[in-house]
Amino acid sequence: MTSNTTTVAGGGTGTAPPRRGGGRPSLRSMNVGVLREVALLPVLVVLIIVGAVVSPAFLTVSNFAGIGQQSSALGVTVVGESLILMIGGMDLSLEGTYGLAPMVAAWLIVPVAAYGDGTNWSPYLGILVLLAVGAVIGLINGLLIVKGRLNGFIVTLGMTIVLAGLQNGIVKAQSLFNLPGPFSYLGAASIGQVPVSLIVAVAIFVVTGLFLRYHRTGRAIYAVGGNPSAARAAGIKIDRIKIGVYVAGSVLAAIGGLMEAGRVSAVTGQQGYQEGIIFNVFAAAVIGGVSLKGGRGNMIGAASGVILLGIVQDILDLANVSNYWIEAIDGAVILFALFLARIVGGESTAEES
Amino acid sequence: MTPSGQALVEVTGIEKRFGTTRALRGVSLSIKAGQCLGLVGRNGAGKSTLVSILSGLYEPDAGTVLFGGEPAPRSGNVARWHEWIATVFQHSMIVPDLSVAENVFLGALPPVVSWHEVRAKTRDIMREWGFNIPAETLCRNLSVEQLQVVEIARALARGSKCVLLDEPTAALEREAARRLFERVRQLTAGGVAVLYISHHLEEVFEICQDVAVLRDGNLVLSAPTAELTRDGLVAAMVGEVQEPSASRSMVTVSGQAAVPPVATAAGEVVLEVSNLMSESSRGRLAGVSLQVHAGEVVGVTGLLSAGVATIGRVVAGAEARASGEVRMGGKLVPPGQRDVAQRAGIGYIPEDRHTEGFVPHLGVAENTTMTIMKKLAGPLGVLSPARRVAAAAPLTRKLSLVSSGPSQPVSELSGGNQQKVTVARTLAHEPSLIVAITPTRGVDVASKELLLSSLADVAHGSAGQDGAGPDGGGEAGGAGVLLCSDELSDLGICDRIIVLVRGEVFTEFTEPPFDRDELIVATEGISQEAGK
Repeated sequence: MTSNTTTVAGGGTGTAPPRRGGGRPSLRSMNVGVLREVALLPVLVVLIIVGAVVSPAFLTVSNFAGIGQQSSALGVTVVGESLILMIGGMDLSLEGTYGLAPMVAAWLIVPVAAYGDGTNWSPYLGILVLLAVGAVIGLINGLLIVKGRLNGFIVTLGMTIVLAGLQNGIVKAQSLFNLPGPFSYLGAASIGQVPVSLIVAVAIFVVTGLFLRYHRTGRAIYAVGGNPSAARAAGIKIDRIKIGVYVAGSVLAAIGGLMEAGRVSAVTGQQGYQEGIIFNVFAAAVIGGVSLKGGRGNMIGAASGVILLGIVQDILDLANVSNYWIEAIDGAVILFALFLARIVGGESTAEES
Repeated sequence: MTPSGQALVEVTGIEKRFGTTRALRGVSLSIKAGQCLGLVGRNGAGKSTLVSILSGLYEPDAGTVLFGGEPAPRSGNVARWHEWIATVFQHSMIVPDLSVAENVFLGALPPVVSWHEVRAKTRDIMREWGFNIPAETLCRNLSVEQLQVVEIARALARGSKCVLLDEPTAALEREAARRLFERVRQLTAGGVAVLYISHHLEEVFEICQDVAVLRDGNLVLSAPTAELTRDGLVAAMVGEVQEPSASRSMVTVSGQAAVPPVATAAGEVVLEVSNLMSESSRGRLAGVSLQVHAGEVVGVTGLLSAGVATIGRVVAGAEARASGEVRMGGKLVPPGQRDVAQRAGIGYIPEDRHTEGFVPHLGVAENTTMTIMKKLAGPLGVLSPARRVAAAAPLTRKLSLVSSGPSQPVSELSGGNQQKVTVARTLAHEPSLIVAITPTRGVDVASKELLLSSLADVAHGSAGQDGAGPDGGGEAGGAGVLLCSDELSDLGICDRIIVLVRGEVFTEFTEPPFDRDELIVATEGISQEAGK
């Protein structure tokens, strides 16, 4: 029996045997998918026009490289949050991880003069520590939420405060600087005009997008988020997938934190929690069509959400909006974009299967 | 009061479209005071749409709705609508965290609430109906049956002149259903009109004076039940030529004695359950032991609270057990781990397809192959959509699943087709035992036969049935089926039927055809020299 299905499946690889009535509907749902995925395109075009009007410096390669570099850290974190939202969860503590993971790593590698611990570990070891810190935080969240059956909102809210407290406590609110080259490479370096962080972020978006679409675990994520009981009844190990996604989300937030640290060549006590990046993380994901109810969303949407926020931020900077007002305007634009995305994308647009 | 000349509710020429689908094509019917009108039709015939229009949820595209000769209030004007029609929907409209009393008067509470009075009024209604649900109980703690009673009480509390019951017995025990019939008769005797929607034709014959049949959005028949035969009614529902030779009439849907299934030599023991105990809220088990052999369909039946669903869920690993053993091919299956049970070869068709049967916004093919993702995936876990579609096609074809294509979200399918997805998903992983719990609930007559015969095929094999896909590889049969159902008409395909009473094996019927009356008597726990 196994062999027989495999034969059928083998024949189906690459050249799908056209099923009766298969062509039209799949075309139709593809159109829906495409429509949703480009839902933000008109908004982006309008923003680019606005940007060009506001400042002649907007439509330049260096400006866009800057936007890319600034958005990369956020983008990688948004990938993590999107995965968690897709399984029907939520993680507020990604901003805490985003700050604490690079803080701990840097603390172990920079000299005492730069407020380090004095262990002076190799920067490569530091990067491993950073990933491990992310994984451990995600694992604790996942176990508490999935195995401990605690509410994800409260668990990750509590975790956020703990992480932010640790971040301040470790260096007594000082900033760690003098980051060694290999540690800041990801956030600071460029290949030609293109920031390394942008290349890595794009790669992470693409790989995650393909994973979600073409990997059985990726498909299981949609199933678990769409109807956990049905996924369980179909033999999917939903606990393992949920915990795995919490771990992956936190590791991605830690990588985002590493990019940010490299970009500003320091790890400040403010990074993450005190900057309040979690609002932007959620906003980018939701503007991009990732459902807070789980089961829906994709990486093209999430990426356009990130790009949109990046361009808005850039335009506000270029327009010399007063620092006192910038947050109010930023927030209002995000709310408007959410509304717009809801109108264009709708809630019913399903992920193409 | 007998049905009088004046129509209480009258609809004429109702049209309703959804996109390109014409759900209703000029439907006219009327209900008089004191009349019980049955409304039947297959899934997708337009019943739900008509119910929604009569409940004031949808505005018809054309046609009129008259209440007592006057035009109906605008849809959405719920309070005024309820003076005429109140609907008890199939899906519970109960707020679980509110009390019974508050649910009965939901949306009809005065600006300043006297809880004492609300509870007293609720108690009055409950008493009048002969139900025994305390007014202050939280609805979360009620059984499905009790929730429905609360909904009926709500309709009565509004003083509605017409009560619309949408599949009211779908989740009721026989005893409760009988009480319901009694109340329906009492209602009509008191001058209330009842529109009774049901898949169970016996019920329609039992309590309805008249019956209306919808097919493909048309009203094809409207006549007094006394002038109709059961076969005539079925013919009207499915259309004359619709019943194809594909159904091998092995199953009689009427619930009367079935034609005995093809006798199969009992194979080895596939499933062995010993001394199973559970304190499940769905009905406890007090030490159940049973065996299922390869090639055998074993029915488990009884009242809802007798543990029929529980034993299915426990065996399938969907629910933990308190004690006892479940063995597949001699090997112990750990409790409460669905994924492990599935790997041990246990397929699972859950009781409620909406909660456990499918992921609504994913496509037909993806849902169908959800149990075999690992098998379909390549070495790195890469799973191509084309491969998924190819694997799903023979199954969906075999079950005559109607969809616009493999990527159509399952949420868009009709109830019968959704259930086919759930069954296909189970057949996909080629289980050596299928646990099916009430697999035909809320499914139309034609789909019901198809689903049951596909389960019978899994056990008995289908000798050259032309419905089997070319790449289906010839249905070998030989799996065991544990069919847990309180619906007697499902049990026609069984080789043996085990009757549970209060969580214990009461008796076993080993020789088909099974006598319907004997079965009913046994489920009530009344001893009789029945079966063996």
